[in-house]
Amino acid sequence: MDIKVENITKSYGPQKAVDGISFHVKTGEILGFLGPNGAGKTTTMKMLTNYLLPEEGNIFIGGKSLIEEADELKKHIGYLPENNPLYQEMPVIDYLQFCAEIQQIPGDSIPGRIREMVRVCGLNQEKHKKIGELSKGYRQRVGLAQAMIHDPEILILDEPTTGLDPNQIVEIRKLIRELGREKTVILSTHIMQEVEATCDRILIINKGEIVADGTADSLARQVQGQELLRVRIEDGDPNEIFKALQQLPTVEMVDFVERDHNRFEIQSKAGMNSNREVFRLATRKGWVITEMIPLETKLEDIFRELTMN
Amino acid sequence: MRTVWTIAKRELNSFFDSLMAYVMLLLFLGFSGLFTWLIGSDIFMVGQASLRTFFSVAYWTLFFFIPALTMGMIAQENNTGTIELLLTKPVTDRQLVLGKFTASLLLVVISLAFTLPYVVTVASIGNLDQGAVFGGYLGLVLLSAVYISIGIYASSLTSNQIVAFLTALFIGIFFQIVFDMLATTLSGFFGELFHYLSLTTHFESMSRGVIDTKDLIYFASLIVLFLKLAEDSLAKRNL
Repeated sequence: MDIKVENITKSYGPQKAVDGISFHVKTGEILGFLGPNGAGKTTTMKMLTNYLLPEEGNIFIGGKSLIEEADELKKHIGYLPENNPLYQEMPVIDYLQFCAEIQQIPGDSIPGRIREMVRVCGLNQEKHKKIGELSKGYRQRVGLAQAMIHDPEILILDEPTTGLDPNQIVEIRKLIRELGREKTVILSTHIMQEVEATCDRILIINKGEIVADGTADSLARQVQGQELLRVRIEDGDPNEIFKALQQLPTVEMVDFVERDHNRFEIQSKAGMNSNREVFRLATRKGWVITEMIPLETKLEDIFRELTMN
Repeated sequence: MRTVWTIAKRELNSFFDSLMAYVMLLLFLGFSGLFTWLIGSDIFMVGQASLRTFFSVAYWTLFFFIPALTMGMIAQENNTGTIELLLTKPVTDRQLVLGKFTASLLLVVISLAFTLPYVVTVASIGNLDQGAVFGGYLGLVLLSAVYISIGIYASSLTSNQIVAFLTALFIGIFFQIVFDMLATTLSGFFGELFHYLSLTTHFESMSRGVIDTKDLIYFASLIVLFLKLAEDSLAKRNL
C-alpha cells in the first residue's frame, strides 16, 4: 500500500505545527523523516495514523481516504508512537495478546503471531515479566512487537531506536530493512547514520514545511551543486602546480589547504568533473598525485544547511 | 462488539491485578454490611424484613466509590500516552468508551452480587417484598451506570486522576442531592423540572418496587448523554 499525503495542515492554537505538507511514499519504500525538534515530525505521524485529523488536506492510503475509511485502513497500519507508551502493569505476553485481539487477528493464529514477534524482537527471556520491570531497550522491543503483530502493510515508527544499545540498534535497523522490502515504512529520527543506513528516501522538514525530499545522494548534490576535490600533488613547486590547476578547463577555483604539503582543494565548474584533467596534468608534468579525495557533503551538513534558519 | 469486550476484559484484568477491585469490593461490602446489619438504623432497629436500609446505604457508598473506580479510566491513558496507542489501532472512540463502561459496570454488578446473601438472610427472617428487592437492585445498577458514565466523562477531560475524581463527584452531587433540594425549595415549573432531574426521586420509586418506563428513560438518557459527552471529549484529543 502506498501513502499519499496531500497538503495537510495542523495547528496548535495560533502556531502551525504542520503547514501544507505533501509527499508520496511508494509501496516497499523506507522513508526517513528528519527534522529538528518541534519541526512537526510527530504531528505528521499522528495524522498518518489517524490519531489527529488534519485541518486541511487529505491522506490516501492505498488510494483510500484515511479520513473517510479510518476504521478499515487502521488495520493495515502498525505504529510505534514517540516515547513508546505501554501498559506498565501488564506482562509482555498478555499485552501482545491484547494487541493481537484488538487488531482483530483470528483467534487461532494469535499464538503463532505472538511467538513470531517474541522471536523477531528477541523477547524470549522477558516475555513473562511485567512491562514496567523491563529496561528501556526491551520496552522498545515490546513497542516494535505490538506495532508489527498484525503484520501490517504500513509501519510508522517514531524514533524506533532510541534507548537501544549499539548491538540492538544494528539488529533493529536490519529488521526494518528486511521489513521494508515488502512493506511501506516511515520512520522518524534525528540520528543521521540511521537514515543513511536504513532509508531509501529522506524527507527533511523544518517549521512544518518540507525543505528537502530525495535520496541521500540527490540531496547532497542539491545542496553542494559542484564537485569538490582534495588533492595532494608532490614533486613540484606549489605555486606552479596552483597555476597549472587553475588553468584547467573544468576547474572553477583552486585553494591552498596546506602549502607545505602541496594540498589543494579544487572546485569544479557546475556539472563537470576534474579528476581526469588533474591526472593528465600531473602525468604530463611528471608530478605525483598521492592523494585525491572527493569531498562529499555529509547528511549532517545538508541537515544543518536546510534547517538552521 | 468484540473490540469493546477486548477493551473491557483488559480493564477488568487490570482492576484485579492492581488490587483496585479487591479494595473496592472490601470497602463496599464492609460499609454496606456494617450499616445494614450493625450500626445506625439497621435492620434490627427498623424491625422489618426489608432491604430499604441496605439500598440507601449502597446508594451513598456507590456515589463515592464509582468516581474512584472510573477516575483513571481515560485520565491515566492520557497521562501515560497509551490512549494514542489504543486509538491508532482499529478502535473507535465509541468502542473505547463503551469498553471502559462495560468493565466498570461489570465490577459494580459483581460487587452487588456479593450482597445477595443479605437477601437470602432477610428473606429467611420474615416476609420479604420481592418486587422491592428486584426494583432496588435494578435501581442500584442503573444508578451505578449513570455515575460510571459521569465518571468516564470526567476522566476523559483531564490527565489527572484526582481532578477526574473531583469532577465526577461535583457533577454527581447535583443528581444525588442538589436537584432534590432545589425541587423542594422551588415550586411551579422549576420545582417539577428539578424533581424530575433528581436521581433520588427515580431511585426511590424503583426501590419501592415500582418500575416505571419514565424512570428507565431517565436513567438511559443520562447514561447515553454522558457517554456521548465522553466520546466527544475524546475526539478532541486534549492531552
